[in-house]
Amino acid sequence: MLRLNCPWCGPRDETEFHYGGQAHVPYPGDPHALDDRQWAEYVFYRDNPKGPFAERWMHATGCRRWFNAVRDTATYQVLATYRLDEPRPDVLSEGGTR
Amino acid sequence: MSTTPLPEHPAHLWRNPEPRSSYDVVIVGGGGHGLATAYYLATVHGITNVAVLEKGWLAGGNMARNTTIIRSNYLWDESAGIYEHALKLWEGLPAELDYDFLFSQRGVLNLAHTLQDVREGVRRVGANKLNGVDAEWLGPEEVAEVCPILNVSRDTRYPVLGGTYQPRAGIAKHDHVAWALARRADELGVDIIQHCEVTGFVKDGGRVVGVETDRGRINAGRVGLAAAGHSSVLAEKAGFRLPVQSHPLQALVSELHEPVHPTVVMSNHVHVYVSQAHKGELVMGAGVDSYNGYGQRGAFHVIEQQMAAAVELFPVFARAHVLRTWGGIVDVTPDASPIISTTPVDGMYVNCGWGTGGFKATPAAGWTFAHTIATGSPHPLNAPFALDRFVTGALIDEHGAAAVAH
Ligand SMILES: Cc1cc2nc3c(=O)[nH]c(=O)nc-3n(C[C@H](O)[C@H](O)[C@H](O)COP(=O)(O)OP(=O)(O)OC[C@H]3O[C@@H](n4cnc5c(N)ncnc54)[C@H](O)[C@@H]3O)c2cc1C
Ligand SMILES: [Zn+2]
Repeated sequence: MLRLNCPWCGPRDETEFHYGGQAHVPYPGDPHALDDRQWAEYVFYRDNPKGPFAERWMHATGCRRWFNAVRDTATYQVLATYRLDEPRPDVLSEGGTR
Repeated sequence: MSTTPLPEHPAHLWRNPEPRSSYDVVIVGGGGHGLATAYYLATVHGITNVAVLEKGWLAGGNMARNTTIIRSNYLWDESAGIYEHALKLWEGLPAELDYDFLFSQRGVLNLAHTLQDVREGVRRVGANKLNGVDAEWLGPEEVAEVCPILNVSRDTRYPVLGGTYQPRAGIAKHDHVAWALARRADELGVDIIQHCEVTGFVKDGGRVVGVETDRGRINAGRVGLAAAGHSSVLAEKAGFRLPVQSHPLQALVSELHEPVHPTVVMSNHVHVYVSQAHKGELVMGAGVDSYNGYGQRGAFHVIEQQMAAAVELFPVFARAHVLRTWGGIVDVTPDASPIISTTPVDGMYVNCGWGTGGFKATPAAGWTFAHTIATGSPHPLNAPFALDRFVTGALIDEHGAAAVAH
């Protein structure tokens, strides 16, 4: 089980949270300018790296607020959690796999 | 009563050749799909100058980790087409490969616990029948006749309101299937190369002409990706993206028991599915972990929920011991349907996105992927499963019939 540090409530078990997929995917600035290919990219394509990944979590059984995390998808190490209005922090993975 | 002894293996399974410098076709990934593709390239298309490259040991990925359920009771016509083709191939494969991999058509029950489940199930039975797939709707008493150890009392948190039943569905011994395919492909001249990881691709203009591996460069006329959970990692190296997300999916087995469980029972709603393996273990699975991951392990709370559901449905399991748990990495698409397709790179083809349910499709995945690689264009059965459906919007939304259930 993961342990995530909610920016408002502190560290809690994974079972308190809801997963929200990739972070930092902005809604298209000018939706009318997009062709079908670009819409497909926005709606269906997400990064899927083996390594550090910026993703969204929601503290479902706590404060019910969304926040972001950088987590290594190979080691499951949570490298950072931060508020939605903060930029992705520059954290490095310790490497390895689990 | 006693359990089934496992069959003896043939004296010879496959060679372990050194990689040659060049092949007509290189398949990346030596799981069931890669091996079936090589087998049908050789038998259906006469292409035998083929290498299957596997970074670990043969079929040690999801092929060795799945819970071996085979069924074809999917909702949409496109899915019925490909999964039913697979089931028909399964029915002939033990004889064709001359290898007893214990394909057992003991039936699959998909339980319904809510009114919405009932409506989905009844609708799917209708769709199945129209597509020539065997399917029946059973009420709770009929469910109990098929599987007497199931608790169909009304006094449970989520009572069994009925279920769909596919009698031709069942299980097979997964690693024996891989060995059977590998043995025949090897006999036909295919080089199966284990411990050979593809680390990059060699391109000439927009066309792939080879692969880089940790054992050197191997030239290739065509390249087929059949790397399951790692497909998007490879695609990125080749310069394109795939609409898949990799998730850990886990399963577990109990110690051995006398035969008590005659069929396969799946429940999406309470999140457990159970069959009894030939040797006697109870084999159980649940849903994927919610987050992306490449570690071959899952979270414990998933097991906890799965056990709670299992014990409520099967009170007789309350004192069974868990012997072993493990995980695999499955690649999930937005519509819970696979991708068997050409790619933006000429000469490169992809078979991925089977998520939690690709074992049952092994022969048809190989059949259609071999056709796509051999001819450069899809077989009618896999044409709807192309990458461009995410651009055209012609999705094959199988979440109801495919997601969670395997
Ligand atoms: C716990 C669990 C239960 C499941 N239960 C069922 C079920 O009951 N029924 C069902 O139909 N399906 C089930 N599945 C899904 C099924 O196992 C997969 O959909 C299917 O096995 C995928 O195809 P494959 O066999 O080729 O994949 P794999 O066997 O995973 O083959 C891919 C291979 O590619 C190799 N590879 C990856 N990257 C590289 C590289 N760079 N170079 C060389 N090789 C590489 C991997 O090592 C691996 O061996 C389950 C999966 C899991 C994890
Ligand atoms: Zn919180």
